[in-house]
Amino acid sequence: MKINNVILKTVTKVVIYIILTLAVYLFLAGHNSPGGGFIGGLVLSTAFVLLFIVYDIETIQKALPFDFKKVAALGAFLAVGTGFGSFVFDVPFLTQAFGYFNLPFFGEVELTTVTIFELGVALVVVGVVVTIILSISEDV
Amino acid sequence: MNVSTIAEFIAVLFMLIGAIMAVISAIGIIRFPDIYTRSHAGTKSSTLAVLLTLLGAFLYFVTTIGFVSVRLLLGIIFVFITSPVAGHLITRAAYRAKVKLADTTIEDELADVLNEKERSEGK
Repeated sequence: MKINNVILKTVTKVVIYIILTLAVYLFLAGHNSPGGGFIGGLVLSTAFVLLFIVYDIETIQKALPFDFKKVAALGAFLAVGTGFGSFVFDVPFLTQAFGYFNLPFFGEVELTTVTIFELGVALVVVGVVVTIILSISEDV
Repeated sequence: MNVSTIAEFIAVLFMLIGAIMAVISAIGIIRFPDIYTRSHAGTKSSTLAVLLTLLGAFLYFVTTIGFVSVRLLLGIIFVFITSPVAGHLITRAAYRAKVKLADTTIEDELADVLNEKERSEGK
């Protein structure tokens, strides 16, 4: 018997935008208030896990055609890459720099290389969590 | 009494009503006989309790330090959307797992509909 769960599916379509917005907000807010790469990545992966639970896995994998193991690898590469980037400027490993830039729309913004490191952390968290959920959900 | 004091009083009143509502919801969960009435007490009044408390906190921050917290507004919307759906899913899972209704139940209309459906699919 095919189960009709239209309420859950419709609510997920609305709620997923709030979760994704919160994930991006937490990721960007990490420098000056609670948040950061780890928790932003966790919230982002809960959005993916919610989609995987409500819809079936094949549909979502068609919509999100990432290999999440490769996403985790890319994140680790980014995090280590910002560390090695400091060697170019002849400073110790993982030295982070920041600067103030005038962007056309946002005005004066502080841009840091820590953001790239945090992006790496977030990608690793998303990759690991989704990989765990997908591998334990499969029937052996 | 100036305006900010009145606004603060309203915020505190919201939070107090929210807390009382949460206690009433908890009493309902203890006192009701079966899962369906308990879910009725647990979803509706807890949702309203959380909404009132968050709204009170939002008003308090707006009036005292002039900080409009979008996170609290998003939280209000989020809880308002998701909490009844969670109650719906729990009750539905309980019904599909054939959890018994309370002894005082008079009529179970969903059972007739489900039996009809199974009979028509069985043909």
